[in-house]
Amino acid sequence: MSGVNRISGAGRLTPARTARFTFDGRTLTALEGDTVASALLAHGIHLVGRSFKYHRPRGILSAGAEEPNALLDVSRDAARRQPNVRATVQEVFDGMKVSSQNRWPSLAFDVGGFNDLLSPFFAAGFYYKTFMWPKAAWHKLYEPFIRRAAGLGVAPTEADPDHYASRYVHCDVLVIGAGVAGLSAALAAAQAGAKVILCDEQSEVGGALHYDSGTVVDGKPGYEWALATGKALAERDNVTLLTRTTAFGYYNHNFVGLVERVTDHLSAPDKALPRERLWQVRAKKVILANGAIERHMVFANNDRPGIMLASAGRTYLNHFGVAVGTKVGIYTAHDSAYEAAFDLRKAGVSVPAIVDSREKPGEAVLNEARRLGIEVLTGHSVVNTTGKLRISSISIARRGGGPARKIAVDALLVSAGWTPSVHLFSQSRGKVKFDAATERFLPGTYAQDCLSIGACNGTDDLQATIDEALAAGELAARAAGAENGSQLAISGENAFAWTGGMIGAAEGAGPDTTVKAFIDFQHDVCAKDIRLAVREGMHSVEHIKRFTTNGMASDQGKLSNMHGLAIAAEALGKGIPEVGLTTFRQPYTPVTFGAIVNHSRGSLFDPARKTPMHAWEEARGAEFEDVGNWKRAWFYPKSGESMHEAVARECKTVREVAGVFDASTLGKIEVVGPDAAKFLNLMYTNAWDNLKPGRCRYGIMLRDDGFVYDDGVVGRLAEDRFHVTTTTGGAPRVMHHMEDYLQTEFPHLKVWLTSTTEQWAVIAVQGPKAREIIAPLVEGIDLSNEAFPHMSVAEGRICGVPTRLFRMSFTGELGFEVNVPADYGQAVWEAIWARAEPMGACAYGTETMHVLRAEKGYIIVGQDTDGTLTPDDAGLSWAVSKKKPDFVGIRGLKRPDLVKDGRKQLVGLLTKDPKVVLEEGAQIVANPNEPKPMTMLGHVTSSYWSSNCGRSIALAVVAGGRERLGQTLYIPMADRTIAVEVSDMVFFDKEGGRLHG
Amino acid sequence: MLLIYCPYCEEERSELEFRNAGDAHIARPTNIAEISDEEFEAYFFLRDNPKGVIFERWRHIHGCGRFFNAARDTVSDRFVTTYKAGEPKPDLDAEPKTSAQVETYEALEGAAQ
Repeated sequence: MSGVNRISGAGRLTPARTARFTFDGRTLTALEGDTVASALLAHGIHLVGRSFKYHRPRGILSAGAEEPNALLDVSRDAARRQPNVRATVQEVFDGMKVSSQNRWPSLAFDVGGFNDLLSPFFAAGFYYKTFMWPKAAWHKLYEPFIRRAAGLGVAPTEADPDHYASRYVHCDVLVIGAGVAGLSAALAAAQAGAKVILCDEQSEVGGALHYDSGTVVDGKPGYEWALATGKALAERDNVTLLTRTTAFGYYNHNFVGLVERVTDHLSAPDKALPRERLWQVRAKKVILANGAIERHMVFANNDRPGIMLASAGRTYLNHFGVAVGTKVGIYTAHDSAYEAAFDLRKAGVSVPAIVDSREKPGEAVLNEARRLGIEVLTGHSVVNTTGKLRISSISIARRGGGPARKIAVDALLVSAGWTPSVHLFSQSRGKVKFDAATERFLPGTYAQDCLSIGACNGTDDLQATIDEALAAGELAARAAGAENGSQLAISGENAFAWTGGMIGAAEGAGPDTTVKAFIDFQHDVCAKDIRLAVREGMHSVEHIKRFTTNGMASDQGKLSNMHGLAIAAEALGKGIPEVGLTTFRQPYTPVTFGAIVNHSRGSLFDPARKTPMHAWEEARGAEFEDVGNWKRAWFYPKSGESMHEAVARECKTVREVAGVFDASTLGKIEVVGPDAAKFLNLMYTNAWDNLKPGRCRYGIMLRDDGFVYDDGVVGRLAEDRFHVTTTTGGAPRVMHHMEDYLQTEFPHLKVWLTSTTEQWAVIAVQGPKAREIIAPLVEGIDLSNEAFPHMSVAEGRICGVPTRLFRMSFTGELGFEVNVPADYGQAVWEAIWARAEPMGACAYGTETMHVLRAEKGYIIVGQDTDGTLTPDDAGLSWAVSKKKPDFVGIRGLKRPDLVKDGRKQLVGLLTKDPKVVLEEGAQIVANPNEPKPMTMLGHVTSSYWSSNCGRSIALAVVAGGRERLGQTLYIPMADRTIAVEVSDMVFFDKEGGRLHG
Repeated sequence: MLLIYCPYCEEERSELEFRNAGDAHIARPTNIAEISDEEFEAYFFLRDNPKGVIFERWRHIHGCGRFFNAARDTVSDRFVTTYKAGEPKPDLDAEPKTSAQVETYEALEGAAQ
C-alpha cells in the first residue's frame, strides 16, 4: 500500500507501479513518480527534520525547489550518499535509503530541542557578540562547538564513484521553464524555425499546471495540454527538451549553465550513464519563463509540521493523489489558496475554515466557497498554533482584537501571494523595478539579450501569458535569424482569476510582539529578528541580511526575502524600493561539486607532460618530480639506495666518467627571418650580430624594468636562423613575451617565431667520456675540440636520424646536447645508453643536475633569482652589452634603485662546519645576537651536499654580497645558529678547464 | 563567460581563448635609453585604473595568437569594441562590433507590431 493518505482516483501516478524505500530505517512503499516528500506525506509523515538553530520540529513546506525545511540524507549505497537533499525534488527509486538530519538521538526526541528553550540567548547576531570573550576560548571552545553545530547534514566520507558529463552547446533560443509560458514560447520559436533548447527542473513539463485542476488550454485540461505539447516539441529536430534540468547560472553574453540530473531518479542506472550532465549553453536569445514562488504567511508558530504552502497542498493532491491531512485549515491573503480548499473538499477532505486576513477576497472564489459550503472568515488571522510534532489546532481572531477561537486541524495550508522568480534575470545583471500596486519586484532594465514572460514577468492572466509567450518565442526566433512565421494561436482559460497578496508580518506578529513568526525557516530567522537588527543599527538591507542570516541558507531566501524586506522597511520607516533587494547570485539552487568539477579530477585534473624517454626512465626505476606540468626524472635510485646516496653517486659518476640526462623539457623557440639577429639584439642583453653560424651564446632576457626574466643558450644555425632555449618553466611566457614585442613594439622586423619545445627530444651527455660515448654514433660532424669547441652547434645525423648537436654544458664538464626529432628520442637515448653503461656512466636526474650546476655557480632563473635581481646582482654583468643602443630592459637597468650600492647580490656560502647543509629560504644576518627584529641581509637560494667537494655548498643573495667575500655571517634557525663564510659562486674546477675536455 | 570579437579572426570567440595584456596605447619610447626617470616611470609604472571605459591590449592566445586592442567597460565587463593593434583609438559612439545589444521587452514588442 502506497500510503493511507493516498486517495484512490486522485492524482496522475499509476497505482500499479511501486517502489520501496526506507525512512529512518522504516520501509515504505511509494508510487513510481513520487518525490520523497509526496511518498512520506502519503504515509502521513510530516515531521522530517529539525531546524538549524532551535532544533524545532519541521515538516514539508513546499512541493518544489524552494523547499527550506525538508532536507534529508539520501543514499543509494555507502559511497553514494548525499546530505541536504530536498525531499520535494528528489524522486523515489526502489531501494533508496532516506534519513533525517540534525537530530539526536531521534527525530521525535531531539536533545538539541533544548536550544528552543534557550532561544532568548540565541538572538539574531549572537555569533558576533557571544563569542567575543575570553579571547583564548575561541580556538579551544567556541570554534569547535560552532563547527560541530553548523551545517545540517553530514558530508560523505567516501570518494564519489560516479562520473559526470559536460557539454557545450549553441542554440538560437534557450527557454528556461516549461510551464504554460515556456512551452508556448518554445513552440512559437520552434515553429518559426529556430534551434531551441527548452529546460525545466521538474521531471516533466507543466510547471504550475502540476498543482492546477481547473485550467483549460486549447480545449484540454492544462496538464494534459502540457504533456502533449512537450511530446510534440521533443519530437521536433530543432528542439532539445531537457527535463530534470536546472538553469542554475546566467552569466555574461547569454552563457547559461544547466545541470541535468540523469540517474538520481533511477533504481539501477546504467553504469555508462553519467550521474549528472553539465550543459554550458551559449544562446542567441534567452527566454525566461521561471514562474513565481508562493510565499508563506508570517504568524506565531507558523513552522509546525503540517503547515505548508497552499499550492504544495494542491500539488500533493492533484498530481500525487495525496491528501496532506484529514482536517485541513486554510490561512491566506490571496485568492489562490481558495482553490486548494475547493480541490480538497471535492476529494472528500474536511476543510474546517478558510481564514482570510483580507476584508474583501475575490468575488469569484468567495462565491464558490459559499457554494461548496466552506466557512470563510474574512478579516481574520491565525494568531497561534499548537501541536508538538504536528499541528493540532489553530487559534484565530478577528483583526484588531477580540476573543480567539480554537479550531482543530491536522494540516494548515497558507498563502501570502506569489513572488515572481526574477532570480535568473537578476543574475543576468538586469535591474528589477518595484511595482507598488502589486507589491512585487519585476524585471526592469535588461542587461542581456533576454526576455521575461509569464508569472516571472508579472503577467497574471493565462491568455495574456500565452499571447506574451507566443510573441516572445517568435520574436526571439526571428531576431536569432529564423525566417518562418509561427502563426500560432492558443487559447487558455483559468477557473478563477486571482487577487490579493501581502508581504511582511501578519496580525499578531507585528512590531509590538516577540512571538516566533518565522520568515526564514532554514536559518530560523523570525520577524522580530529583523526588527532587532534594525534596532542594533543595521540600516542597509545587505547588513540586515548578514546580521540575521536571513536568506543566506541553501534555499537563498526564496520564501523569506520579500517578507524580510517588508519588515525591515516598516521598521526603518522607509518604502520597500528605498530599502532595496539584495542581488541574486548564481547558483539558483545548489549544484553538486561533481557537476562542476566534472571530468577534471584524478589524472585529468591537470595534464601531465611526459618526455619521449619517459617510459625508459620509468622502467629504470626513476623517481619523478613535477616541474610545471612536466614529469621529470628526479634521480635513479639503485636497489636499497636512499635519495641522498643515489644523488651522491650520480654526481660522482658524471664528473669521473659521464652521465646521460633527459633535457627535453627545456623550452625551445625557433627564431627565423632576415631580421632574426636584430630581434634577438632587442630581446636579450647580449649582442648577437657577431655570433657566427655554428656557434652558441648564453643569453639573458630582461623585462623593461631591468630585472632578469629568463636565460638560456642560443645557437645560430644560419644567418637568419636561431635555436633559442629557455628554462623549462619559462617556455610559454618567454614565447608570449617575444610575440608581444614582435607584434606590438617591433612589428617592422621580419621575424617568425615557432615554439619547438615538443618537437625536439634532448639528450645531454656530460662528463669526461662524453665524446667517446657519442662519437661512433654521429655522422657528418667533426667532434674534435678544434672543429667543435665548447659552445658550438652543428646539424648532422646520429644513429641515422637528423640531429642538431650542441657542444655545451650545464655541469662544467665536457658535454653535448643531442637534439633529435621527438619520435626518435627513445631510440637514440637507448643507443647512447648502450655505449654509456658499459663505460661506467650513469643516467642522472634533475637533482644531480641541480647539484652539479651549483658546484659551478651556474644560476637557475626562478630559484636563484626572484624577479627583483638585475644581471649585475646575479654576477652576470659580463653578459650585458655596453654598445647596443637598445634592448628590452636597457632603461630599467639605469633606474636609481637598480644602480645604488648595497643591493642584494648572489654569492656562495660555505658553512663553517662542512657537514651542515643549509635550508633553502633561510634568512642571513650579520649579528646573531641582535635583538628582534633582526636586520636580515638576504636568504639562501640553493643548498646541497656536494659529494665532489666533500662538503655542503650554497648560493645566497646577500646585501652588498660581493664586498663581503671572506666575512662570517650567521643563519639563525629555530634550534641553533649556523655560521657561514661568504665565498665566490664557483666551488668546483674554478679554472673551468674541464669544460674543454 | 564573455564573448570577445577578435578583429583578426573576425569572429566572436569565448573568453577562454584570450589573455589580457595590460593597457593599450602606451608606446615604448624609441629613444628609451635616453629618457628621464620621470618619463620612464610614466611609461612603465603609472596606469589610470578607470571606472568605466578602459583601452586594453588582449591576445587571442589560443586562437590566431595576435595581439589586438579593446575598449572595455570595467563596471559591466562588457567589451565596447575591439580593433587591430596599431589602429587609432576608435570613436566609441559608433556602432559596436559585437552582436550584444540590450533589448527590452517593450522595445521588441514594438518591433513585433
